[in-house]
Amino acid sequence: MQIIVLLKQVPDTDEVKMDEKTGTMIREGLQAIINPLDLHALEEALRLKEKTGGEVIVVSMGPPQTEEALREAIAMGADSAFLLSDKKLAGADTWATSKALSKAIEKIKDFDLILAGEKATDGETGQVGPEVAAMLDIPFSTYVNRIIEITNDGLIVSRVVEEGYEEQFLPFPCLLTVVKDINEPRMPTLKGKVKARRAELNLLKANDLGLAESEMGLKGSPTRVVKISYPKVSRNTRIYTSKNLDEALEELIGKLKKMALI
Amino acid sequence: MGLDILVVGEVRNSKIHSVTYELTSKARELAEKLKSSVEVLLLYSECDDSLEELIYRGADRVLYVKNDKLSLFNQEVWTNIIVDVALKRKPYIMLTGATSSGRTFFPAVAAKLNTGLTADCTGLDIEEETKLLLQTRPAIGGNVMATIKTPNHKPQMATVRPRTFRPLPENKDRKGEIIELKPDEKLFNSRVKVISFKRDETQNVNIQDADVVVAFGKGIKKPENVKYILELADVLKAAVGASRAAVDAKWISYPHQVGLSGKVVSPKLYIAAGISGAVQHIAGMQTSEYIVAINKDSEAPIFKVADFGIVGDLFEVIPELTKRIRQEIEKPGGKKDEV
Ligand SMILES: Cc1cc2nc3c(=O)[nH]c(=O)nc-3n(C[C@H](O)[C@H](O)[C@H](O)COP(=O)(O)OP(=O)(O)OC[C@H]3O[C@@H](n4cnc5c(N)ncnc54)[C@H](O)[C@@H]3O)c2cc1C
Ligand SMILES: Nc1ncnc2c1ncn2[C@@H]1O[C@H](COP(=O)(O)O)[C@@H](O)[C@H]1O
Repeated sequence: MQIIVLLKQVPDTDEVKMDEKTGTMIREGLQAIINPLDLHALEEALRLKEKTGGEVIVVSMGPPQTEEALREAIAMGADSAFLLSDKKLAGADTWATSKALSKAIEKIKDFDLILAGEKATDGETGQVGPEVAAMLDIPFSTYVNRIIEITNDGLIVSRVVEEGYEEQFLPFPCLLTVVKDINEPRMPTLKGKVKARRAELNLLKANDLGLAESEMGLKGSPTRVVKISYPKVSRNTRIYTSKNLDEALEELIGKLKKMALI
Repeated sequence: MGLDILVVGEVRNSKIHSVTYELTSKARELAEKLKSSVEVLLLYSECDDSLEELIYRGADRVLYVKNDKLSLFNQEVWTNIIVDVALKRKPYIMLTGATSSGRTFFPAVAAKLNTGLTADCTGLDIEEETKLLLQTRPAIGGNVMATIKTPNHKPQMATVRPRTFRPLPENKDRKGEIIELKPDEKLFNSRVKVISFKRDETQNVNIQDADVVVAFGKGIKKPENVKYILELADVLKAAVGASRAAVDAKWISYPHQVGLSGKVVSPKLYIAAGISGAVQHIAGMQTSEYIVAINKDSEAPIFKVADFGIVGDLFEVIPELTKRIRQEIEKPGGKKDEV
């Protein structure tokens, strides 16, 4: 099976510190990591390859340092990597990101399956997967927590929704976005790391995509961020200790009654 | 071009999902500013609720597609039909709930319509000078609010978190139209085949729709102790949430996880027991209306976002709270008598 994994580099929110005064995240000096859910997408791709043979190709759009993320993916077991990096692509929203990625995928041509994370921890939109699928006009599914069966012509998957689990069949080629529950990603091996260091990455530039300038990057993005504000959730916290638990619970129950919850 | 707003509603278990009323209410407010009208689109095979109700609560026109092939959600069929309706009616703005289905078909619809889409909005307004939709959403784990515009593309599209807006009160004097749409049969054909839907047997899993969420973390210590949380959830008729640490420990299944890599919830009441309050957890619950934290560590960051905190042992606090709530409910004139 030929599998493409969409992988994004994001700031490591695990190391995030809060600015006590403004209540915002301090983003400076954060390390860049592979979007955690994309590791699950990659892991699933590697497992499918182990079962059926074929190749795993990772594709990422981002600044030049995204190269590190792609090498890490190779160290985990990916066969090859495409890096889409160009100033002209900078500032892309989900539409422009999906447009660029789908054009890059058309270049790679032969694939049976595309795997992506359900969402990225920075943008948190979860839109790129479905948008890429729509632009490539292939069937897709989201919130996939298990690939139940691989048949000759497609996949049976389970997706997790608000009230339970849905089972769907998707014919190849198709795209899935996965949730964390699907697997436990492996660690890179020593051998993999050696291979990754030597690997040739395939570099793609904006001009390789056959897109008009008006379809790329910030310029090509239908949406614009026009304002950023910092909400200060000022909650008037009332703190009790279990020494006066009686009083605390009395007040709490009063509040719940007032809110008509009991 | 018109300035109409199209709300894509949701029918779940043959009922109009509350997010539909919430969006209709907000759309009404926006339509007043635009001097335009609100259309609500529903796709279903069966609906027990009266569609008039949507008119009483702000819609000018209810468009519905009723077809047996819509009994189980199929992203491809939904996308086909919604794109078709959008191309015909040319809405100025399109809104849907940021539910698992809305977050699935709306990006595909936006891609097919070649327009932008803002995910998970918590605020919507009309900019006076330009008449453009201002879409506000939390970014970077809810620490920043970003306001986004779609200046040159139509429709302007957004998914909106359930429970963000309040439905309008019912006004039976409101008049409107109910129109059945009959899309081309071929739009119901799909490459994706929906095989089955299995409801999660645990009744308390739907944390995004619940008024009350009782959540626990690593502080619960062992799986046997989850019962204290379930008992409290039971008396409060609450859904049960959990931190990632609790889910990773396999004390409860992943659909219960609240936070950056789980679900974002915004109930009226969120009780966090034995949860430290890591940024990634807070990102998923800080917009709750009232937050109660129970933790034995007075320095736990969860207290920073709480309205009400008890520094203490949850094994002492939770059973006592459960007991007292039960007493309260069973009192004459308590909630139990209302039903
Ligand atoms: C990319 C990424 C994504 C993540 N996404 C999520 C996410 O979606 N959701 C999420 O929750 N986390 C997420 N995390 C993990 C997050 O960083 C924390 O590790 C996690 O939330 C901690 O869970 P916890 O509060 O249950 O455990 P801990 O941090 O171990 O806290 C346990 C708390 O229980 C208290 N306690 C112990 N015993 C008692 C007692 N008897 N009575 C009262 N209190 C007691 C302790 O004081 C402590 O504060 C993510 C991390 C990363 C890196
Ligand atoms: N710049 C990118 N390069 C490669 N893949 C991406 C990029 N942006 C998003 N993706 C993929 O799309 C998923 C959802 O991202 P998002 O829509 O930004 O939440 C991610 O988990 C990735 O798999």
